[in-house]
Amino acid sequence: MAYSSQAQEILETFSEVPDSSKLDLLLEFADGLPDLPVRYQDHPELLERVEECQSPVFLFVEVDEKVHIYLTAPKEAPTTRGFAAILQSALDNQVPSEVLAFDDAFVNELGLTKLVSPLRIRGMNGMLHRIKRQVRQKLDAS
Amino acid sequence: MTFPIDTNPNFADYAKGEALVSTSWVDEHKGSKGLIIIECDEDILLYSTGHVPGAIKLDWHTELNDAVIRDYLSSEDMAKLLSDKGVSREDTLVIYGDKSNWWATYAFWVLKLFGHEDVRIMDGGRAKWISEGRELTKDLPQFEKTSYPVVERQDSKIRAFREDVIEHLGKPLIDVRSPQEYSGERTHMPDYPDEGALRGGHIPTAASVPWAKAVNEDQTFKSLADLNQIYRVDAGIKDADDVIAYCRIGERSSHTWFVLTYLLGIPKVRNYDGSWTEWGSLVRVPIVKGTEPGAIPEVF
Repeated sequence: MAYSSQAQEILETFSEVPDSSKLDLLLEFADGLPDLPVRYQDHPELLERVEECQSPVFLFVEVDEKVHIYLTAPKEAPTTRGFAAILQSALDNQVPSEVLAFDDAFVNELGLTKLVSPLRIRGMNGMLHRIKRQVRQKLDAS
Repeated sequence: MTFPIDTNPNFADYAKGEALVSTSWVDEHKGSKGLIIIECDEDILLYSTGHVPGAIKLDWHTELNDAVIRDYLSSEDMAKLLSDKGVSREDTLVIYGDKSNWWATYAFWVLKLFGHEDVRIMDGGRAKWISEGRELTKDLPQFEKTSYPVVERQDSKIRAFREDVIEHLGKPLIDVRSPQEYSGERTHMPDYPDEGALRGGHIPTAASVPWAKAVNEDQTFKSLADLNQIYRVDAGIKDADDVIAYCRIGERSSHTWFVLTYLLGIPKVRNYDGSWTEWGSLVRVPIVKGTEPGAIPEVF
């Protein structure tokens, strides 16, 4: 398994609380999703739509020595925002090789599959795959 | 009916307009004994971000289905669920939710399987309540448990199984999914076979009427005249018809079932909850790809 320390911490936090509190935790992540930086707020064309999500989720990845991840999702879609915030916390500021090696099993290991619909989980997988693809493309281009 | 029907003129034309209440009706009556307001959302976290004061949450994903078999709750389990939520058999239930009441109508349909008499939908749902600046709270309502009776679930009137659909072929079917799902251009979901289907397309002869055609931009239901045009004129549904609606797992088609039954007053409408995730994986049932309804093969 290859997880960043932040990701490991998130998994531990979710595993420590009972199922009944996992959704509250997800909501805390949703509330904490940072706004897009101003340079992207006015440039929607730079953002990639995550088609796997039912709600409009957009993302953009910057790669220098580290990977910087920007995600946005509407307030009316807190579950999606929560998933976006979890991935952002787990992957932001990692070196590219770590992001690419990040284990896809993470999404299932959060223990939310019983509580949210499979389509939602699929949406989160979609975000993760698109983040990795953007990282790969940007490494190739540099 | 315990509570007065909403005399809002927008509902007067509908066949059974008493199944709708407006946001102002809910605002006026909320907190009254015998009225249970229920929020049922596609996004299950929304309730916790703020809800109509006094409303309880119903989670379509974890609470309405049997945990093992693909079926709704048993009579005993439903009685327990509603008792735990403080619902009595004679209560007036008003359901609302996100996404144009998509999941609210699903919960409505499930409650009707158990014959709860007075169930209503708040027209425009959560979005309309919020857009009108009405009060939201994060406070959880306080209530006492009740003893909701064990009522036998009655599937036959409003629920269709695959055998019913096969027997039904030749009579009106409505596919309420997106045009891409109808044509079969959108494929199944490889990572999630439990919610996907092995083949794409639609049931032969089904008319394509995406569910959201029935709602306005403000998420309220369209007028009777508009709905007549969509379903009676364009899709050719007649009052004497026996109609089955389906989608992917039966949720979007509950919305269409509600529109046909309560707003248009078509007497015999059933929801095929097995829907495409079942039909698209069944062996040797006929499927049509493309944008045309297609024909039923003579032998299959």
